[in-house]
Parts: sequence; C-alpha cells; structure tokens
Amino acid sequence: MIKVDYAPMPFVVAMEDAMRPDAPAVFESGANVGSPHVNETGNVAAGFESAEASVDAVYTTPVQTHVSLETHGAVASWNGDELTVWCSTQGIFGVRDDLAVHFSLPPENVRVITAYLGGGFGSKFGAGHEVIIAAELARMARAPVKLMLSRAEEHVATGNRPSSRQHVRIGAARDGALTAIELEQHGSGGIGGGSGSAAPYLALYRCANFRTRERNVYINAGPASPMRAPGWPQGCFALELAIDELARKLNLDRLEMRRRNNPSPVRALEFDLGARAFGWDERSRTPKSRGPIRRGVGVASAAWHGIGASGPQAQCVAYRDGRVAVRIGTQDVGTGTRTIIAMVAAEELGLPLRSVTAEIGDTRYLFSLPSGGSMTAPSTTPAVRQAAAHLKGKLMRLAAPALGASPEDLVISDGVVRVRAEPNRAIKFADLCRRIPGDSLAADGEHVPNYGGYSMTQAGCQFAGVEVDIETGIVRVTDFVAVHDAGVIVDPLTARSQVNGGIIMGVGFALFEDRRLDPQTGLMVNPTMDDYKLPGVFDTPEIRAYFVEVANGITNTGVLGMGEAVHVAATAAIGCAVADAIGAPVRDLPLTPDRVLAAIGAV
Amino acid sequence: MSRSPRDPLRNERIAAESDPAADEGGPKLSRRSFLKGAGAAAAVAGLLGVKPAAAGGAEPEPPIAGTAERLGPGPVNFNLRVNGATRTVTAEPRVTLLGVLRDHLGLTGTKLVCDRGACGACTVHLDGAPVTSCMMLAIDARNHEITTIEGLGAPDRMNALQNAFVAKDALQCGFCTPGMTMALSAALGGNPNPSPAEIKRAIAGNICRCGTYPHVIEAALAAAKASRSRA
Repeated sequence: MIKVDYAPMPFVVAMEDAMRPDAPAVFESGANVGSPHVNETGNVAAGFESAEASVDAVYTTPVQTHVSLETHGAVASWNGDELTVWCSTQGIFGVRDDLAVHFSLPPENVRVITAYLGGGFGSKFGAGHEVIIAAELARMARAPVKLMLSRAEEHVATGNRPSSRQHVRIGAARDGALTAIELEQHGSGGIGGGSGSAAPYLALYRCANFRTRERNVYINAGPASPMRAPGWPQGCFALELAIDELARKLNLDRLEMRRRNNPSPVRALEFDLGARAFGWDERSRTPKSRGPIRRGVGVASAAWHGIGASGPQAQCVAYRDGRVAVRIGTQDVGTGTRTIIAMVAAEELGLPLRSVTAEIGDTRYLFSLPSGGSMTAPSTTPAVRQAAAHLKGKLMRLAAPALGASPEDLVISDGVVRVRAEPNRAIKFADLCRRIPGDSLAADGEHVPNYGGYSMTQAGCQFAGVEVDIETGIVRVTDFVAVHDAGVIVDPLTARSQVNGGIIMGVGFALFEDRRLDPQTGLMVNPTMDDYKLPGVFDTPEIRAYFVEVANGITNTGVLGMGEAVHVAATAAIGCAVADAIGAPVRDLPLTPDRVLAAIGAV
Repeated sequence: MSRSPRDPLRNERIAAESDPAADEGGPKLSRRSFLKGAGAAAAVAGLLGVKPAAAGGAEPEPPIAGTAERLGPGPVNFNLRVNGATRTVTAEPRVTLLGVLRDHLGLTGTKLVCDRGACGACTVHLDGAPVTSCMMLAIDARNHEITTIEGLGAPDRMNALQNAFVAKDALQCGFCTPGMTMALSAALGGNPNPSPAEIKRAIAGNICRCGTYPHVIEAALAAAKASRSRA
C-alpha cells in the first residue's frame, strides 16, 4: 500500500514566462535562467560596421520528442546477487555500470542484453529510473519483472530535444563574405540543460568575428536528453534562414552566398554535385507561379564529426565446423551495425558474408561504446577489422604447413586459402577449419587511437524542394538531394537508409512536431502518437543521396558515422525552400499552415 | 498532414460482425452495444434501487433484454484461430488481441507502440484484412482467422515480401516492420502489379520513426515483381 499526498506548487511551463523576474522558481536554489556559455572571437562590432548588409531576426524551434517506437524499459531477473537485464538501450555497458552502482554490485555481476532495440535517437543512454525500478521490483518480488513505459510516460519523462529562441545578427560585405555573426540563444530542456545551438554557427561558415551566447532556461517539464545531433538542427535552421535573408538583401544567389563563405573543400565539391543533381540554377531562377501552389527551393550546409573513438574491442572466432563469429559489445540502434560488422569481418577474412555471424548486444562480449553521436560505425569497424586480421594471421599459420608455404605467402579470398605465387596450391576454408586444434581459434582486436588523417570533420549539403499552397498554408516537401562525405561506405543500402531517415526526421521537425504543455495544468497535451504528429509515407519526399567517399585516413577502415550528418541540415533546407516559395521567411518551427498564412499576410 | 485512409470504425465493425452468438440466433454483441447495454443495466439498477451483483455474491442479475453473454471481469476461456491453429486462451475479457498475442501466446512479433490505433505497428490480419490489434478485444477475434507476422514466414523460410524487406533494407530499428509487412501483404496480396501510390496507401497508417519509407516502397515493388516472375 502506497499512500501519496500531493500539494500543488507554483510552476512554469513556458520559456518566456520562466524568464520573467517574478516567475516561480523551478529549483529551490538557482535561477530559472542559467549563466551564458560564451564563444567569442574577433571584433563583432567592427564586423557589423564593415557590413554592407545585415539581418537581425529571432527564430524559434519547439521541443521535439524522440518517439522511439519501442518505449524505454526492461525485463530484470535476479539469480542470487547476479542481475540480468534485457533492456532497450543504446549503451549496454552504461546500463550495466548504472545498475552495478545502484545495487553496489561488481560490474561483472550485472549482465545487460540488447539483442535488438526499437529506436533510441539519443534518448536511451544509462539505466534510467524505469530500469532501476524494474530491477528493484524484481528483487523484492523474487521474480522477473518487466517494465515498459507507456507512450505518454515516454513522451513526458524520457527526454527531448530542447526548445530554442535564437536572436541572430549576421552581416556580410557586398561580395557576400560574412563579416560578423552574433547569436543570443535561450533554450529550454525542461529541468535539464544542454539546450545550446551555437555549434553550427561556429562550424559551417567562415567568419572572423563572431560571438555566441547560449543560456539554458529551466521550466517545470521533463528533462532534455541528447537527440540526433543535439543543438544542430535548431542552430542550422536559424543560421541558414538568416543567410538566405542576407543573400536576398545583397541580391546574391543563395548557393553562391554559401560557396563564398564555405571553409570546406569537400563541401565545395558537394555543392557542385548537388546543384547539378538538383537542378539548382534552373529551379532557383524559375519565376514563381501566380496560382495557389508556389514552388520553392532551399539549400543548407551540414557538418558533423563521426570519426569514432577508442575503447571498442572485438573478438573473431573460427570454429572447427567452418563457422565464423564476430562478437562485440555494441548494439544496433537501427543503423545497421550488425550488418556492417559482419561485412567488415567477412571482407578481411576473405569469406562470403553469409559465413560470418555478428553477435552484439551483450555485456558478456568485449567492451564497446554507447551508440550515439554517429560513433558506432567508425569506432567498432576498426576493432572488428583488426580482430579479423589477427584471426586471419592465425589461420594462415595453421594453413602454412598444409600448403608447404610460409604464412606470409598465403592469401585468402572467396573462402579459399591459396599460395600467392601458385594459386593451384590451395585449401578450402572449411577444410582448414577442420585442422583447428580443439574447438575454435579466436583473436581480439581493438580500436587504436585515430590516426591524424586528412580531416576530422565530415562535410555535407542538402537541397530541398517544396510546394506551398498559399490558400491553405499547407507545405509539401517534394524532393531532396543529399550529398555527404561518409568516408568509406561499407554498405550502400544502410547508408542510404540513414540519409532517408535523417531527412524524414527533418521533415517532422520542420512541419509537424511540437510538444505542447498546458499552462493551466503543466501537463503535456499531446503525449500520444495521434496528437504528436510524425511524418508518414505521404509526407516523404523523393530523396536522392550521393556519397563523396573521402579517403580520410582516420582509421584502418576509413568509415565515418552517418546518423547525425544526414539530419542536421534537412529542416533548414526545408525552411529556406518555404521562404523562397512564399517570398517571406517563417521563422518559427513547425511551419504550420497558420504561420505560413501569417507570413504571407493572408491572415 | 496526410493520414491513413484506414477506416477508423473497421475494428468496431469487425467486432460487431464477430459475435458468435449471432450464428446461434442469439442477440448481437459488440463493444458498442455492450457498453450501451451495461449503461442501461446500471441505469435500471439505479432506478429500482437494486445493487448490481458483486463478484462472488449471490445469483447474478438476469441479462437485460438487448444484451448478450456476460463475460468477466475475471479470466474466461476461449479459443482463437491463430496462424492456422486453434489456441485456447485464458484471459480477462478486457485484454486486447495484441495483449493476448504477445503475453499469452508468446507471439511477440506484433509490436505495442502507440496503444491507440495511431501507428499501425500492431497490425495483424483478421480474415485476411488488416486490423490494429491494440484496438480490438481478444474475445472479439473469436471465430475469425487471425494471422500474425509469424504466420507469414519464419527467418529460415520467409515469404517474398519478407525477403524483399531484407534485400532492400526496408527497415532500420525494425520495430515498425511487422506492422508494415502485415499492412502491405493484406493490401497487395491480390495485386500482382501495385503502383507506388497503392503501396503508399497500404502503409499510410504505419508510422516509422527511423524514416525508412522509401525502402519499404522499393521492397513492396520488388516483392510484387518476384511474385509475378514466379507466376
């Protein structure tokens, strides 16, 4: 029996209300508005002095929720002082460590298993209350306990992308060269921080004078958590709309404006490729229809740094019956990790893909990092490749006496080990495996620290086409061209899936998604999937993806993560296209019909 | 925004049509008439000052005219036809078809996502037609042929559509995939040459947060092509 007494307390759920001096305090100690995080270089005042034209505008973005189709939760089961948890998580080792700390257990007493998970998008790191509660209840009940959150609980309590209010000032010389950027940003992640959106202002374009000031504003709402490129889609939306407004003032082509301020040689190439594929020159100059359907185009820059990090270790095992397993304690959040790990191991071992099984999602395997920040592919594949290479070395030493050659003279491809100089002297991989003493032959590999490489960032750009019905205000995204540096592409299919997903999530952020809180009750009024709108198949544009495979030299695979890079620019490109279509910017997301109609003065 | 053309009253109508008593000449039972009847019963009981029979009490009240069998609130036994087999279920009448499939029959391929018929993840076939199993009571699925994703094929013997999903990478996290597959196979099963527009209509009620729709369309086209070439 649990008895709860509730006492209503003053609360505040709107960011602008929380910033007022007389606002209810969200925390017992500390202000509702955090101290600013400032980044400054050059002389901003002088930069604006020298500007031929400038833009001064405020852009806002709403709170977006992750809406992973599988909610947060777990099944927890105790055996003595050993805990096993089947958990929907992006980081099995983080969950293991959280539980070990909570229950004062050695980490090896906690086993976390995530064979599959139904999406995460940044919201599923660490054990969270729900997993700890499941484990506590299982301990008390002396029985396995399953606890999965409801959709409403998921919306309210498991994280979100913070809102933003971005006051942007940006100036440029007559030739379009940026002279100054200034950002005053407030954002609310509820009772959590991390609302900053300045990163793209510092990364996408060249500008000698900039100042960004980011402040968290606290409100009585669920805490933020990382969400697919935290801060970037918000920042890109405001920055790219401001760039477009500035280009119009200078009577410059919007793509040309970006070319002139672009610091990346890779993106310069991507602009050219994308413009040709999209038909930018023709489409951006086509006079607007006089009918109710107005077409518009937009372009936005993308950047990320999915270069991976050290930590992951992998194991490759060949068995006497010819099976090969690659094991690594990573998890597949939906990006195809399982697939590309098997592909990398199979390629290194010279085996067909079907003969390699990837086993992931279990803390019994060697350590890997959480899956977030586009870290997984570039962090795991080098460890897997090294493990496979080490296993190949052992297999060659096993094959050498059988073929009467030294190991370094042997090669393996298509499942056959051959003497390099005399390919007819050969042994099939299956026959070689039967020579394995005992049961199996295993080798480990690790992600060694990244090499210097050619570049530590990845460039991209996206072009969007939209149709706006100026009688109803309804926006339809018609098509996208996405051009991205993804390093070495392991699997074009899963890479294209990332592009599709990043853009479609951008459509949702651009047109539909908006967590709404009731100022009277403080409750979320749209915590369902019929009221919190996500894009469906009819909202999906035609998407064409192009990959610029830069030989970056960062790791032994040269693979980059894709998940964030393909998402950061999508909403911005749509926003720019809508402004182009109707001849006026809509500076507040989502771009709903009422806002579109207001922007054209129809209401 | 665009939304599903799926008939919102479809589950309701199936429930009304599913009444086993109808075949025996008995009164019809649907959730709607059940609720109406229960309301009437409560109203009559109130007027007469009679308390409704409590659980474990004396003789239950005789059925009010217009209502049919009284089930529950405790567990009841009933049979379901699932993937071609008859399965006996012991469940409270309030349990959804989705709940019975997952938690009583261990058929966890069907996913719980929105819990209110908004996302399509729990789509199964009832007599070949797609229904959202989170919006239907299991007892209303009696006397119907239920097909779940497990009934379409297993990993080692997938059907053409499932094979096409793998070949085209028509999934990312995979949580929407069973519902997508069931919706597509119901809508396109008899259509050897579906257009992209028909495919989109088939999955218009299925939400994918990973945004994998373009590859789902490719998979459906490829599956149809594979079926044509076999025919």
